[in-house]
Amino acid sequence: MKASEGIETSGRKPSRPPVVAPGHSPGSVTDQITAVVLDRAPRWWWVAFGISFALVMLLLRALTKLLFEGTGIWGLNIPVGWGFAIINFVWWIGIGHAGTLISAILLLARQEWRTSINRFAEAMTLFAVACAGIFPLIHVGRPWLAYWLLPYPNTMDLWPQFRSPLVWDVFAVSTYATVSLLFWYVGLIPDMATLRDRAEGKFAKVAYGFLSMGWRGSATHWHNYETAYLLLAGLATPLVVSVHTVVSFDFAVGQLPGWHATIFPPYFVAGAIFAGFAMVITLAIPLRAAFGLKDFITTRHLQNMGKILLATGLIVAYGYLVEIFMAWYSGNWYEQFMILNRIQGPYQKQWMALLLCNVLAPQLLWFRRVRSSPVLLFMVAMFVNVGMWLERFVIVVTSLHRDFLPSSWGMYSGTFWDWATFIGTIGLFLALLFLFIRFLPMISIFEMKTIVPKQVPNTAEEAPE
Amino acid sequence: MHDKATRPESVTRQPPAEIHDAEPADGKLELAEVQRRLSEVRGPEFWRSLDELAQTPEFEELLHREFPRQAAELPEGVSRRGFLHLMAASLALGGLTACTRQPLEKIVPFVEQPESLIPGRPMHFASAMPLDGYARPLLVESHMGRPTKVEGNPEHPASRGSTDLFAQASVLSLYDPERSQVLKNNNRISTWPTFAEEVRNTVQALTALGQARIRILTRTVTSPSLAALIDKILKTHPDARWHQYTPVGRDAERLGLEAAFGRSLSVRYDLTRADVILSLDSDFLTSGPGCLRYAHDFTSRRRAENGAMNRLYLVESSPTNTGTLADHRLPVRAGEIGNVAAALAAELGVPGATGRAATLEADRAAWIAAVATDLVANRGRCVIVPGEYACSEVHVLAHAMNDWLANFGSTVILAEPIEERPENESESMRQLVHDMAAGDVDLLLALGCNPVYETPADQDFKAAMSNVGYRVHLGLYDDETAEYCHWHIPEAHYLESWGDSRSFEGGVCFTQPLIEPLYDGKTVSEILSLLTDDTESSCLDLLTGYWSQSLDPERFESTWRKWLHDGFVADRDAAVVAATLLDGAVAQASQKIVDDTGEETGLELIFRPDPTIYDGSFNNNGWLQECPKPLTKLTWDNAALIGPALAQRQGLVTEQLIELSVGEHSLEVPVWVLPGHPDGCLTLHLGYGRSRVGKVGTGTGFNAYRLRDSHSPWLATAVRIQKTDRSYRLASTQLHSNIELETREAEKRHLVRVGTLELFEHEPDFAQHMGHTPSPELTLYPPVAYNGNAWGMSVDLNACTGCNACVIACQAENNIPIVGKEMVAMGREMHWIRIDRYFQGDLDAPQVHHQPVMCMHCEQAPCEVVCPVEATVHSDEGLNDMVYNRCVGTRYCSNNCPYKVRRFNFFKYNDTETPVLKMLRNPDVTVRSRGVMEKCTYCVQRINHSRIEAKKEGRPIRDGEIKTACQQVCPTEAIVFGNINDPQARVTQLKASPLSYSILAELGTTPRTSYLAKLRNPNQDLEKARDEGV
Repeated sequence: MKASEGIETSGRKPSRPPVVAPGHSPGSVTDQITAVVLDRAPRWWWVAFGISFALVMLLLRALTKLLFEGTGIWGLNIPVGWGFAIINFVWWIGIGHAGTLISAILLLARQEWRTSINRFAEAMTLFAVACAGIFPLIHVGRPWLAYWLLPYPNTMDLWPQFRSPLVWDVFAVSTYATVSLLFWYVGLIPDMATLRDRAEGKFAKVAYGFLSMGWRGSATHWHNYETAYLLLAGLATPLVVSVHTVVSFDFAVGQLPGWHATIFPPYFVAGAIFAGFAMVITLAIPLRAAFGLKDFITTRHLQNMGKILLATGLIVAYGYLVEIFMAWYSGNWYEQFMILNRIQGPYQKQWMALLLCNVLAPQLLWFRRVRSSPVLLFMVAMFVNVGMWLERFVIVVTSLHRDFLPSSWGMYSGTFWDWATFIGTIGLFLALLFLFIRFLPMISIFEMKTIVPKQVPNTAEEAPE
Repeated sequence: MHDKATRPESVTRQPPAEIHDAEPADGKLELAEVQRRLSEVRGPEFWRSLDELAQTPEFEELLHREFPRQAAELPEGVSRRGFLHLMAASLALGGLTACTRQPLEKIVPFVEQPESLIPGRPMHFASAMPLDGYARPLLVESHMGRPTKVEGNPEHPASRGSTDLFAQASVLSLYDPERSQVLKNNNRISTWPTFAEEVRNTVQALTALGQARIRILTRTVTSPSLAALIDKILKTHPDARWHQYTPVGRDAERLGLEAAFGRSLSVRYDLTRADVILSLDSDFLTSGPGCLRYAHDFTSRRRAENGAMNRLYLVESSPTNTGTLADHRLPVRAGEIGNVAAALAAELGVPGATGRAATLEADRAAWIAAVATDLVANRGRCVIVPGEYACSEVHVLAHAMNDWLANFGSTVILAEPIEERPENESESMRQLVHDMAAGDVDLLLALGCNPVYETPADQDFKAAMSNVGYRVHLGLYDDETAEYCHWHIPEAHYLESWGDSRSFEGGVCFTQPLIEPLYDGKTVSEILSLLTDDTESSCLDLLTGYWSQSLDPERFESTWRKWLHDGFVADRDAAVVAATLLDGAVAQASQKIVDDTGEETGLELIFRPDPTIYDGSFNNNGWLQECPKPLTKLTWDNAALIGPALAQRQGLVTEQLIELSVGEHSLEVPVWVLPGHPDGCLTLHLGYGRSRVGKVGTGTGFNAYRLRDSHSPWLATAVRIQKTDRSYRLASTQLHSNIELETREAEKRHLVRVGTLELFEHEPDFAQHMGHTPSPELTLYPPVAYNGNAWGMSVDLNACTGCNACVIACQAENNIPIVGKEMVAMGREMHWIRIDRYFQGDLDAPQVHHQPVMCMHCEQAPCEVVCPVEATVHSDEGLNDMVYNRCVGTRYCSNNCPYKVRRFNFFKYNDTETPVLKMLRNPDVTVRSRGVMEKCTYCVQRINHSRIEAKKEGRPIRDGEIKTACQQVCPTEAIVFGNINDPQARVTQLKASPLSYSILAELGTTPRTSYLAKLRNPNQDLEKARDEGV
């Protein structure tokens, strides 16, 4: 039924590119996707993975130094008590949002085109959350005691302080990580079974067999599976909104001008989706080229993602505007000063760059030519990736560095180890991603198959671009 | 000339600095190498690298090798006898290395505990800290035999329980691990008996030759017992001379008094009786031996509720703390101070005064006329205070004006001199250098001073020293002078020694040791006793020996006990003298000034002692190094301070390096633009740029002594500036990049509220209208009831002089670590109390405000809600408590604190390894480790101590019983702490004052610390339309 809508749509507007390129059968889909996993790894994979892995080592080096010497290796100070660690945390968590959105909301909204990107978007979510999860642990002064934020029975008879948004964060992020993992894994099970059946090596057979949890593809299996998947989608849907809302509370609950704003929850959620889709685009475009998956991740996908990027980008821009408006409208001098300081202060460059990346660059997406050009789209997405990091920098640093008492004003800049940790987590993210595309099907095979057969009769209709 | 061959061998020894250590021969680590490695790092980093080094195998090997390289290893072919010798020596040495310091005497544990000693309870002893010879009366807190904190002696009128920052920081100097620890002869470790014998032999040999040309160099001496001892030496050795030299000398004051009255005198002021005060470049509130008393007396007349408020006019060159409290401040170049004084004297009509007010600019002349009118209107109730750094002519004129205005006997008191032998110290130093250079000195004893470093550039002490046969140095540190002396003897810190000295009023104070000398230090008197014929005596014997003479032997024991108990001899101030002004003194002084004014002086360079490390003797004291200087908020360095006008004209920016040249001497220093600094001159503080000092002081600042001239120690003229395009990073605790913005914002936020006395009389609650305080009912939460004690604090901005004593007191009381220059530059200083400095108005002549800020203990504390682990919580007495154990270090509390009073341990800043520093800690306060947030606790340990006492006695805690460390040290009683639930408590009454306000009250934090608005008492004639209030 879902597919038929797709046909109708494409029938009405012939110019619209298809979700799957013409000429594919279920068999060819399986062949092409499993080949990525089961064939020998191409040389570039080793190079790319090697570089990522080296960055993981950099991360470990930075973390070791951090544990041995202390938070002082970063550029933090008083008044700027939060810096790269929190910026990176929010950035990664934001990126993680696209996965859930694609998996859950677009599934429930029956958006066919999500099928070919949901798997790796979910994986990306998971890895982004993993990267994000490092930061709250290490940013505290005594990381070995970070577990005190968890509510666990202890001899001190002490709970966490539930009024603190940092405790809410613990719940929000851990819930999100758990549900994302489950969702991703449940979605993988039928494909694991496919890989188990196709794998040649003994070890691969056993491993995929173990991971497929005895999947035999029986009707009962499919029935249970569909139910579970839908339920999980239902569970995950509120998380798309809740996680970043809670993350925004870290700031909004504080009384600091620049943090204390009611616009923050929706503005953060929109920002997260914005960032997430930018990252999906950033990853999808090179991958489809590298593995020849242009048939599955088509221009249609790129266009749709471009549209979402544009829409969320506009919401984010609205957020910026409202912040400025509210500062003026509130009549609160501290708020007004904060905005003026953002615009004219020592971090003016970052603010301007933020506007360029997050407000101006996405405007190119109004043009279909840009949306359907992988290169241009990729460039816009890169702008957004940088811009969203800058947005968190501006929020965290420019608000803190000049707050209420001029005597306490200060400046902040990241040190080598700040950057090493940040780049290290990018390395970790990429390394996990490369492992993922090498060992697991990055596109959902069975879901692709559900849309392929019905595409076949339309092959003739769909004019190539 | 002497026949060199007959001199004792040691007399002709090479100075130790010329002895070079050979490079280590093999890969083994040598002591010299250890020293070299350690000398490359400084500050906290030093201790870290010491640790690292101690863990290397080379170092282990060095330790296990019995003789480091200094002791040569066994040569080949030793005789049996020689071998036995060495064995005996190594057994003895083995004993030395095996253990730390064990006293030779038998030690016995307490079988019965001494009555007064209760473990865990501190004891207090009266003592006194001599600073440049003048006593600062103290009460020292001792925990189980370890002095940990000093307070002022509340019984002594010069202190009234308060101290300055130097006294507060002196405990750190006592435990400084880098203090000189061993007696050295030519850079080799030696012993006291060897030294004593050698000195005696040398003196005997010299005496036998008939010419014992001994030179004793000390700081200013006010100690009667020491002066008596020196007198005795001078009598026995007719060729011996005694020189006093203090780099922060009071020559101008002495010469001025002598020129005015024809004899040596001392002058002091009674500011409680002064309605109008004129300071002629005097920083009487924060520098000089009497500053604590003056600050107290001055501010007691600044409180509007206490009746008539005084008025302070001030003419100053280099900006000072006193200037920040002035009602009218006239910034002028240092060379013009005399001119202004002369013009004023002429305006007042002082006989003989020939000032040229006419040549002054119109507004300056108007200023002088207005001041003169005010002074005349307050005859007998005004005072003119000449600055210790102004020239002696200014002093003469000031005395004449005080005389003319009938202030003698009321606000100005002339008395017998405080010093035992008042002299022109610069002249004395010139004489000494001259004698040494001429080869007329056989034995030099530099006692408790560091002349190689602190002598002005025109007197080449180091070169002159090379003509002295035998040189002895006594000092707390193995410093620049020690390097060029044959003998260096570690000096006993004042907390380790007996002594006496006079306070600024002339009364004798006693110094009692609180602890055995940690490193076998000796006092000046102990060294000098070697030159007398008597047997060697301890400083206690010398002291009691002197004082027992003046007392009836039967009464001595009881009187002596009382004196020691009190810490001073009561009612023995210097005798008041009724002196009359010499005829012609005024005419002479004003003529001199008029003559000098004619000369073109060019750019001026003003020298001043550093506000935190003083003349350099506190250079290795980390607390003082890191204490932000009152006006610049600089730490760890000095800089050439210039006014904005000069900066603009010369195109100079803060931190830019310039080369300053005076005569043939030049020095490269960074620039610091200081609003309010007069145009046409620069200020450079003394005490930095030491070449031989511990790790803390090494590499800090620039040596101003290299530009100083002994004839004009406080002012150099015709200074040339050579710009460079390099810069030098300075660490300031208050952002300096945008002073104008900071100033404007501080004003908009009504942080420091200022009004005039007139405004206050018309509208007493003006301060309430400057900001918005939301009603406490505007909350959804039920109010919290504080039924028992509710602690609160009130800070009087009218009384704060910005002297920094509270900052150091807090550091000493609360075991606050120092972090080093790099960390300060990053914004990581750890002070729990800071003094915010705000400028207001025209940056060429701004008003400056000081605002002490510590934790506000908000009732609605923003920090508490955001802590995820309940590490910062509210007590039922309203304290915002920090639970260090529980803190995981999210720093959210600091982000959410609008006052930014929280401090974070980004690294493990506290040195918990160095054994001697463990003795320094206050045992009642946790030593915080890495990763933990900390902040002001309102000295909760003191609150708990009083609570326990009160509970034991079954009574409520009395008002004033608890004094926080900052409150206790404050000379002006600007900080008042107490129970705000007690309507009788002083703090409650102060909070009820119409001047009381809270900062950032509009945020609804309901802080428990509030401020009293600052009041000015301007002269309406001078007051132009001014925008009042920040």
